[in-house]
Parts: sequence; C-alpha cells; structure tokens
Amino acid sequence: MFSFRKLSLATAMAVSAALLVLLVVACGSPPSSSDSTSAPSGAAAATSAADLGGMDALVAAAKKEGTLNVIALPPDWANYGEMISSFEAKYGIKINSAQPDGTSQDEINAAKQLKGTDRAPDVFDIGGSVALANTSMFAPYKSAEWDQIGAELKDPTGLWTSNYTGYMSIGYNADKVPGPTTMNDLLKSAYKGTVALNGDPTQASAGFNGVVMATIASGGTADDFAPGVDFFAKLNKVGNLLPVDPTPATIASGQTPIVIDWDYNNVAQTAALKGKVSWKVVVPANEVIAAYYNEVINKDAPHPAAARLWNEYVFSPEGQNIWLKGAARPVLMDVMTADGTIDKTALAALPVAEGTPVVLTQKQIEAGQTYLLANWSKAVQ
Amino acid sequence: MTQGADLGLTDVGDWDLGVDQSPRRARPGGALKSLRPTSRHLGAVPFFGYIAIFLLWPTIIVIVGAFQNDSGQLTLANVTTVLGGSTYLQAFWASIRLSAETALAGGVLGALLAWAVAEGDADGVFRRQVVAMSGVLAQFGGVMLAFAFLATFGYAGVVTLALQRVAGVDPLASGGWIYSFTGLAVVYTFFQIPLMVLIFLPAVDGLQVQWREASDNLGGGSWAYWRYVAGPILLPSFVGGLLLLFVSAFSAYATAAALISQGSPIVPLQIRTFLQSEVVLGRANVGKALALGMVVVVAVVMTLYAWLQRRGAKWRA
Amino acid sequence: MARLAKRTSGGSRRPRSRTLVRWIVLVGVGAYLLVPLLSMLDFSTRGAGSSRTLEAWKAIGSFPELLSAIAVSLELAVLTVVGMLCLLVPTMVWVHLRLPGVRRTMEFVCLLPLTIPAIVLVVGLSPVFAWLTYFFGDTPLVLAFVFVVLVLPYAYRSIDAGLRAVDIGTLSEAALGLGASWWGVLFRIVIPSIRGALLSAAVLSIALVMGEYTIASLLNYNTLQVVLYQVGLRNAAVSVAVSLAALMFGFVLLFVVSSAGSRRRRAAREESTLAPLEAGLQL
Repeated sequence: MFSFRKLSLATAMAVSAALLVLLVVACGSPPSSSDSTSAPSGAAAATSAADLGGMDALVAAAKKEGTLNVIALPPDWANYGEMISSFEAKYGIKINSAQPDGTSQDEINAAKQLKGTDRAPDVFDIGGSVALANTSMFAPYKSAEWDQIGAELKDPTGLWTSNYTGYMSIGYNADKVPGPTTMNDLLKSAYKGTVALNGDPTQASAGFNGVVMATIASGGTADDFAPGVDFFAKLNKVGNLLPVDPTPATIASGQTPIVIDWDYNNVAQTAALKGKVSWKVVVPANEVIAAYYNEVINKDAPHPAAARLWNEYVFSPEGQNIWLKGAARPVLMDVMTADGTIDKTALAALPVAEGTPVVLTQKQIEAGQTYLLANWSKAVQ
Repeated sequence: MTQGADLGLTDVGDWDLGVDQSPRRARPGGALKSLRPTSRHLGAVPFFGYIAIFLLWPTIIVIVGAFQNDSGQLTLANVTTVLGGSTYLQAFWASIRLSAETALAGGVLGALLAWAVAEGDADGVFRRQVVAMSGVLAQFGGVMLAFAFLATFGYAGVVTLALQRVAGVDPLASGGWIYSFTGLAVVYTFFQIPLMVLIFLPAVDGLQVQWREASDNLGGGSWAYWRYVAGPILLPSFVGGLLLLFVSAFSAYATAAALISQGSPIVPLQIRTFLQSEVVLGRANVGKALALGMVVVVAVVMTLYAWLQRRGAKWRA
Repeated sequence: MARLAKRTSGGSRRPRSRTLVRWIVLVGVGAYLLVPLLSMLDFSTRGAGSSRTLEAWKAIGSFPELLSAIAVSLELAVLTVVGMLCLLVPTMVWVHLRLPGVRRTMEFVCLLPLTIPAIVLVVGLSPVFAWLTYFFGDTPLVLAFVFVVLVLPYAYRSIDAGLRAVDIGTLSEAALGLGASWWGVLFRIVIPSIRGALLSAAVLSIALVMGEYTIASLLNYNTLQVVLYQVGLRNAAVSVAVSLAALMFGFVLLFVVSSAGSRRRRAAREESTLAPLEAGLQL
C-alpha cells in the first residue's frame, strides 16, 4: 500500500505552499459562468419592444422561454397576487415567486448569489435608494408607455422606472381602539401598547417613511429626522409603541391594533379581514408621505424576453389598474385619468389624502439614513 | 484511569502524558523529532487545509475588511465609527450585560440541576433523559425556542392567557416585555440552563462520595462540606462554565433575530442591519468592524477560560 | 471506580433533607424548562373556543416550502455528518498515533468555531460561497461545507473521548505488526472500537444542522429554520407545531443513541455512547 514514509519534507512544504497560493488566488472572484462580458444578444439586448420586431415578437419570444422569476412580491402587497395570476393567465408563462417577505436588498443579494443560474430573479421591484446604488446590475428598457412618465420618475436610459407609490397611513382596528386622525393622536393614553411600525426604519423603507411621516407631523422638514425619531422615542416612553413586527397574523389576532404602513398594505388588510375585524385606514391630513418603488430588469436575467414582457405588462393600463385595485397609486394614474382608461371604481376607493405629498430627494434620504443609523436604536430601547 | 467524559472539557492546553500510547516514544530522539516538520505531518494537511479555507479565510476577510474603506484602502475610520458611535458602544454594553446576566442565572440554575441529576443513578434512564433533553435544548436553534417562548409568554401565550383569566393581570398591558431586553434575558436563560447542565455534570460526577463521608465524620455539616471541600473543587469548573455560557449568549443571533424587530439592541442584530438592510447602504465595512469587536471580546473570555482550565486541572486525578 | 462506589453506597445513606432539596431543584428548574414545551403543545392544538384540534399539525403538509425545507435540512445533516467523519476521523487517529505534538493545535483549532461566532463568520463567507456556487451550482447543499466547521467542537470532543477510552496505540501496533495496512487499521480496528463515539458525534452534528439559522438565513438559503421563521410570520400555529416536532425528533434521537451503548457491557465502557455524548455536548 501507499506509504507516507517515502515522501520527503519537500513534498509537504510544496503541498502547503500550493494551498496558500490557491487561497491568495481565490481572494478574487470566480470567473463568471455566464458570458456577461460579451455583448448581450437577442432579447437581452432589447431596449424596447421595437428592437425585437414589435409586441407580438416579444410575446412570442417570452412564451418560448415559458418562465419568469420574480422575487419579494407578497400576494397582498399592492395586489401582486392578481398581477401574477393574470399575467400567467394572459400569456401562459409560469411565474416563480421567491422570498415573498424579502426586502429590496434581499432582491439584490439574491441576484448576485444566483447569478448565472436559472433561478436568478428576472425583474425587481425595489426602493429608490437600492435602485440608485445598484444600476450596474440593471438592463435599460423602455416600455410602450415610457414616454408618458415624468422625467423625474425614471432613469433617462430606462435603467429604472418608478411604477407605483402609496401614502403612509395609520391602519387601526376600529373594534379595539378609537380612530386617530393625526400622528400626534397616537401619543394619547388610549393607545397604550397598540402602535406597531412596519419594519425597522434602519432596515425597511416602509419603516423609514413612517419616521418621515412622524417628522412632518411634528412640524419638521424632510431635511432633519430628529423630530421624527423623538416622536417615536416619546411613543415608546409612554408605552404606546409595540416592538412587534406587524403581519397579517398579528393584525387578525388583534395583537397589533394600530399599524403604521403604506396605505395599500393597510387597505389590503381591510379587505382580507372583512367580517372578522373592522380594519380602517386613515392618511393624516397634511402629513402625506409618498415614495415610489421602481421597476427594474436584471441585466443577467435568465429569461430576458419574459422579463421585458412583464415590464410592458405592468405599465400597460391593465397592469396599472391591477395596482390601483390594490390601493396603490400607479405612476401613470394622472395620464390614465385624463384619457379615461383608469378603473374609476378603484380610483374612488382610494383613501382620501389631504395635503401635498412629500417625496424625499436622494440627499434627504441619505441624510436620514445616517441619522437613523446613529439614533434609532437608542430611541426605541 | 480517568474516563473519557471527565476529560471532555479539561484538556485545553493540558497534555496528559499517561494516556499517550504512541509507539513513537520507543524510538530514540522521539520527543525532539515531533517538532520538525516531516512527511508524517502530511496526514494533518487535509484537515488544516479545510479549516484554512472555511474558517480562517472568512475570518481574515472580516478582520482585514474592518480596516478597509469601500475602495479597499486601509483606514481606521470603521473602527473609530464603532468606538465613537454611542449606538454601537451601547449595543456592545447591552450584549455584554445580557450575556453576563443570563450566564449567571443559567449557570446557577444549571449547576443546581446538574447536582440534582448527578445524585442519581449514573447510567439510569432519568439521567439519560436529562442529558438528551439538555442536548436538544442547548443545540437547537433560536427560532424554535423563540416560538416556544412566544407560545408561553406571547400575546396569545399560555401563561399570559392564564394570568389574564385567573389573576386578572395582563402582563402585556404596557407593551411587549417579551420583545424587550427583559424578554430576551428570560429566553436566553432558557437555553443557558441545559448548556450548564452539560458542562458542569462531569465536574459534579468527579466529587467522590468518600470526601462527603470524611467531612461528615470529622463533624462538618452540609455547609462545611460545601464551603471547604466541594466548593473549592468545583469552583474552577463552575467559573469555566459561566465563561462558556457568556460566550454562547454573546454570539447568539437566531433567537434575537426571531424575537426583536424594532431597534437593534445587541451587536449581532446591528451586524444584521449592515447585511440585510435596504435602507443602510454602502457601509458594509462598519459591520465588519463590529464583527471584529465581537471576536475581540470572545477571544478575551476564551483566554480567561483556557487559563482557568489549566489551573483547575490539578484537582483531577 | 468512583461511580461504582456511588451506586452501591450512596443511595441508602443519603439524608432526607438532601433528597428533598434535590427534588425541589428538579421540579423547579424542570418546570422552567418544560413549561414552554408544554405551551407549544397547547398553542399548536388550540381550536375555536377552548377545543383541541390537530388542524395545525395536519396543515404542515399543505406548505410545500416547509416540506422541501425539511428535506433540504435532512440532506444537509447527512452531508455534514459524512463530511465531518471523513475529515475528522482519519486526521484524529493519525494525530493520536503519529503526531501527538499536533494534538494541542488541533484541539485549539477545533475550539475556534466557538470563538468565532457564526454571525461573524457569515460576514466573511460571501467570497467563499461565490466560489462554491461556481463549482457546485446553486444548491443549498453547499452549506454543508460550512456546517462541518460548525460541528467541529462537539464532534472533536466526542471522538476524542472515544479514542481515549480505548487503547488505540497498542491495538494499532499489534495490527501493523501482523501485517495490516494503515487503512486496514483505520477501518477494521479503530472505527469498530469507537463506534459509540462516532454515533454520538453524528447525532450531535444532526442536531446542530437541523437547528442552524444564522448562516442559512443571512446567505438566503431556505433551510428548515429559515422557512419556519417565514411561515411563522403568517401562520404561528403551524410553525410552533413543526418546532415541537423537530425538538421531539432531536430528543428521541439523542435519547436512543445514549441508550444504545449503555445497555450492553456497562462495566467496560468501550462501546459506551453516553460518555462520548456527554463529552461532545459539553463543548
């Protein structure tokens, strides 16, 4: 049998040295198994339907691919459940929905991790900050309605396009607590142990914008988040803040009688809990905060044609109305109201919002992030 | 000859000559030969190579990354951010406090339980049940224990409902105590106790019946026995156990992640923010600095532990 | 020796006050540990009003992501055990017999995964996993590579206890003298002698892998614990039911393994599993 005794000291050293060299080399990244360095071809290069020869050609190419990977799209978030099922029904393309409770950052992480595989996400629906930070991962595309979207709501080359927004709202269980009308109402003793914020503001953008709403309500401006954080600190101190993550389960069980979240999420709960819990939604007057999410196509999408067809679908009147039905405000809402393609019943059902919506600039967002990172944890201890 | 179980924890840095049966000793110049790298060392290369790739390399990445900025240049900015930021220092302090408190609580209760178990039949069913249950509870991840805890003390938990119905008291009236620091301490103690049982059991096993009998014969009661005989013998193992419990609580992430969703009061949750947040971007290296801080704290405690083990070894036969 | 003496002479002469204290401790601390487990049972079987129902337990089957996560975790457990055995056993035997000077280093290295918390490790693991997915494609099973490292402290202690209890040195010298090869010594002499310790190490590894959350969740792999948490966000009863089932599974496994060796040959603890199990669990 093989005897170790015959080997010499030199061999042992050589093996160790080889391992070290391997480690040093491995400090770089592995070679990409997809040919992303070479120019993309076919559907992956298309920057509009015209590049592929028109909508019909795009539909045919997408049907040929047969699958679409989406990520972080909960079925009850802005009516994504219906968006997914109607897309599947219309084009016969199967949609794989991964990580429904993921955040925008999770979407980017998944794309990096699954790069080159068949499971990588094809499209993203992500918040503004994450979009701006990762444009190198996106493919430019302009859907048929792209020109009708305002210039400040899209990237000039089509790398990202705002798709819908909502207003921050206070959802409440009318059976358990009196209805608040403004944020400052929540400081009253009637709301002891009832107020939950959707997500930690340093982690999730819904929570982040909740703090913005508190800032505006406290008389501050979007340039300085201190009043908002102080508001939540006070809320915590008087025992009104509940450090529970609100989910449909906690709302149904009555554990979180008040939830600060996007109005489309709260409205979805009203519908889901009809008959069981009287869940009402109010957008405080003059404390209206809006933030657009963005539709993005993965540069290394495993199903490029299907990804672009999805993009066309969500910006078409049909897709935009589905979001409207979910109580989100689609980006083309004004355009569609003008030319009559809007779903009037859904439009009328939107929560009333008095006051001009506040939308943060990128600079304000970054300043807010820094402030929150340094001060949020202390405030809610 | 001591049994395997007793030696489990005690031999860090302790070379027990009695057990070594290596035939190598028969050859001349045996002792010195082991220090020079020879072909025999090739046999250990696969193991150390594997460790180098999957343990040392990520650790080096973290340590080096803590001193780099986003473009890869060396900088102390991350470390100064952590040391200067009151949020981070508070998180470290909270982590240390939580770990110390639960180590003490779990350590005392676990030691008591270990003593109670050791008093019984060494191979009996009861002892095996306790060891198995302790093993399960100590090893299994925080998510399941968080759910167990929520099922007990949570909004619709058994104890909460019972207190509401029977005593008319609503423990959750002023918000969720279980989602706060206190709650975290209670659930951490829950898995500190089994851990202490497992660590301390062999030490209590090592107490000879003859010592108790001798102490009784000389007129000392229970107090004298514990104060002068058993106490000093068990003390190194007890303190060693406390240190291990501290490290275990300090490094724990899963339970806290499953329970706490607002604010990041302890360091592992702060690190999570840097890895998963969609709001905090481009600051990954501060997370690495936090991780480096954790490694430093744990390394200090483990060094204390190793020193303590060496000191306590003189009591083992 | 001491244990034998304790068993025959200790029981009858123990004063009643000590027994009382012992029982108080057992009941008190035992309650602290058992109440949450019983609560889990209660929580998962709650029906409308105050009825009992097995709805949540039956509903486990209707969560495909939960079932596939259970399968993934079990596969990971098996792979980790295989990897741990292949890595540790030959190395430990080799070190035990031929490289005793390296033993101290190896013991220190095996204690490192406790010193470097999983949360720290995961921060630095991204490049490692980039390479792993490059070689093996995107499957959660690549987590096994890291899990082998995580189980090292427990497995090492367990196998070490087993190796010490048997005089491996003399046995292997005898076998080599009779013409066996090194692999023969490993497979025909050593492994049969430390079967109990290997079994303990395997069971400890399975327990750890089934319970691992940190690395799997932060690297976005769907193992049992990760999916349990996700399901728990929307459906608490089902998650509690699965958690209880997993805990019971682990308990039964550990209990059976600890009984396996002790029933035969109690005096000679060559094939004992309880001692290595306890050694492994003590870290």
